[in-house]
Amino acid sequence: MITEFTPIASTVGGILIGLATVFLMLLRGRIMGATGILAGAMLPASRYDWIWRALVLAGMFTGPWVYFALFGELPDIDVPVSTVMLIVGGFIVGIGVTVGSGCTSGHGVCGMARLSPRSFVATGVFMLTTGLTVYVVRHMMGV
Amino acid sequence: MRNILTFLVGGLFGVGISMSGMANPAKVINFFDIAGTWDPSLAFVMGGAVIVAFVGYRLVLRRSAPVYDPNFDIPQNRKLDARLLIGSGIFGIGWGMAGFCPGGALPALGTLNVDVIVFMAALIAGMLATRVVMERMAAQKAASKPAQ
Repeated sequence: MITEFTPIASTVGGILIGLATVFLMLLRGRIMGATGILAGAMLPASRYDWIWRALVLAGMFTGPWVYFALFGELPDIDVPVSTVMLIVGGFIVGIGVTVGSGCTSGHGVCGMARLSPRSFVATGVFMLTTGLTVYVVRHMMGV
Repeated sequence: MRNILTFLVGGLFGVGISMSGMANPAKVINFFDIAGTWDPSLAFVMGGAVIVAFVGYRLVLRRSAPVYDPNFDIPQNRKLDARLLIGSGIFGIGWGMAGFCPGGALPALGTLNVDVIVFMAALIAGMLATRVVMERMAAQKAASKPAQ
């Protein structure tokens, strides 16, 4: 499935993600990592710790609807894989981000922005294994 | 005010993800499919986000504390250990299979799209199962050490 190259929308989206990352640090002193925020919201250390996480998550859920208000349609969500791949892939993502302490937002954005060697290595490793997986699935298994 | 602004920060992230294409598995998988239907858009997401966060963090971290909390809570671990490498490697395998990452799927959950709900349920199951296994392993390791 071909998707349209969207350098401007993607850059603007990236800048907004970056701004949210900066504002969460400015206001609450926290890393904008989806894995950490979600994990901590499910197993909170305290009520105080739960509230900010729940608020950030609730805010995130409004994102596509703000997009709808601005552009008159919801963002595209096209899933080119089977439900089995989605479930197995989702479970594997859950294992990986827990063992590796972060994902694209935590390591890829926040960690690289603060020049963390761990995050540079983590991002390099997961970009590589994602690329290899896509190659194997698409071009060797032909799914 | 603290709670409203915290909510709005989540909203800003959600709009950014929605505009960027990170919530769209077709686009994410195409970014990695250099040998096929390559779509380089997501490099612009990462580039924009990292540059803004790099500059912004430098300004924010000149402060002695955040606006609403007593301390900056920043990871201090600097060890490049096997856990980091293995975990990140595993994450990439799942991301390549499903096309969603946690930060892309969480805002998309707001649309109640069935595929997103299925992915998030599997993701959470994987996170919780791993947490249980890791805690058991840590407990076993602690129990096997001789008493001091």
